[in-house]
Amino acid sequence: MKIQIQGVSKSFAVGGVTQHALVDVDLDVAERELICLLGPSGCGKSTLLNIVAGFLQPTSGRVLVDGRAISGPGADRGVVFQEYVLFPWLTVAGNVAFGLELGGVPYDDRVRIVRHYLALVGLEAHAEKFPVQLSGGMKQRVAIARALANDPAVILMDEPFGALDAQTREVLQDELSRIQRVEPKTILFVTHSIREAVYLADRVVVMTSAPGRIKQVVPIKLPETRDRFAADFTQYESEITRLVKEEVAKVHE
Amino acid sequence: MIALLGTLAAWAIVTYGNASLGVVNPALLPTPGAVGAVLLDAIRDGSLPRHILVSLVRVAEGFGLAALIALAGGLLAGICTPVRLMVEPAIEFVRPIPPLAFLPMFLVWFGLGETSKVAFIGYTTVFPMFVAIAASVLQVDVMLLRAAASLGARRRDLIQRVVVPAALPGIVVALRVGFGLALFVIVGAEFMGADAGLGYLIMEGRTFFNPAQIVMGALVLGLLGSLVNWLLLAAERRIVPAQKGA
Repeated sequence: MKIQIQGVSKSFAVGGVTQHALVDVDLDVAERELICLLGPSGCGKSTLLNIVAGFLQPTSGRVLVDGRAISGPGADRGVVFQEYVLFPWLTVAGNVAFGLELGGVPYDDRVRIVRHYLALVGLEAHAEKFPVQLSGGMKQRVAIARALANDPAVILMDEPFGALDAQTREVLQDELSRIQRVEPKTILFVTHSIREAVYLADRVVVMTSAPGRIKQVVPIKLPETRDRFAADFTQYESEITRLVKEEVAKVHE
Repeated sequence: MIALLGTLAAWAIVTYGNASLGVVNPALLPTPGAVGAVLLDAIRDGSLPRHILVSLVRVAEGFGLAALIALAGGLLAGICTPVRLMVEPAIEFVRPIPPLAFLPMFLVWFGLGETSKVAFIGYTTVFPMFVAIAASVLQVDVMLLRAAASLGARRRDLIQRVVVPAALPGIVVALRVGFGLALFVIVGAEFMGADAGLGYLIMEGRTFFNPAQIVMGALVLGLLGSLVNWLLLAAERRIVPAQKGA
């Protein structure tokens, strides 16, 4: 198993009151598997991702990556954020090279790797631009290239396409799906879009409303290249929609 | 440009009008011509360049010293919360006191020579720069730190490769404001116990009853201030071109 999430719970103290964000979450992610974490807002899916990234400490439980317990963020877990979080003082190429420079990769290799990943996300022509000159979709491609170029064991994506318009969003879903076929990675992907989850995931993990637990794991048995309008696709969509609706309804009770 | 010409015109009308009508003693309202004559004299005999140089050297030394202290201290205070909590109350206690109130103290401590002026400029500029630099370090987006950490950055890398470049626009503004302030207070420092500098030049105008010289000194200071500000803005645009609007 690439990622092992074992009995992870997380509570926050909000104004003296303890709020349980996650309760006893167990999840194993296999090598080269793409898992989508799905659930109503406030279900703790981003909290879980932040714990795996090492930005937050679990209240109890632990996370193993390649069998080693994690303690804080590290180069073995690349993160793609919803708001891109590019380094505005570096060019596109400089952003993609950031992790490689830290890792002491020699200059020639760096240039080659940066060029490769910029080509993979279709941004070769924009290598010398600064983030401020790019559209949202382009920024997120840079962020994906930056994470990939560092060759982490796993990639964690926190609603990466959530800030994009609907068209750009689907284009980037297509790109990620294509990249995953060419250079598969182990990916933990947080989203609140059911369509997105069914389109991308090998398994969809549906979470309960707060406190977050795993409600159900739905394996998506669809071909690698998926058709958003195929009958079996929409069937998965409605099945998962039903699961999520049960949880949303609980919030409003 | 039009506003500038308008101001000049207004100055000329008032002063030449006064000179011909004799409302007050014309010497009290120096005309552009009189100021220009004093200015040319001062340039010709080399005294103006010398006064400017003396003032600028004092500003550069005092500001340079303060900038080094403010950079090191501001970075440290911005990164390390305990340091900030220790230092900030002390600074906030001293900061509201007008620096000029302490000028006599500097003369008592450091005498009439260069040291007292340089130290005074350093004292005046160090706290505002320190506070602004610490604030811009503190405002560095935690998400940038997270992104760098998940690309393998350790504490040292985070400071060198994220905190410093991310805070740089704020740091440059802090330095520019500090330099402007230094140029501001040098005049006061040179009013007391100085034998050269633009502040001395102005004071000399008072001592020898030469209002044209006072106005000339003030105008030179204004020009110098605008020039330095313009140069620093240009430098700022060069240093931080990429982040505009980011």
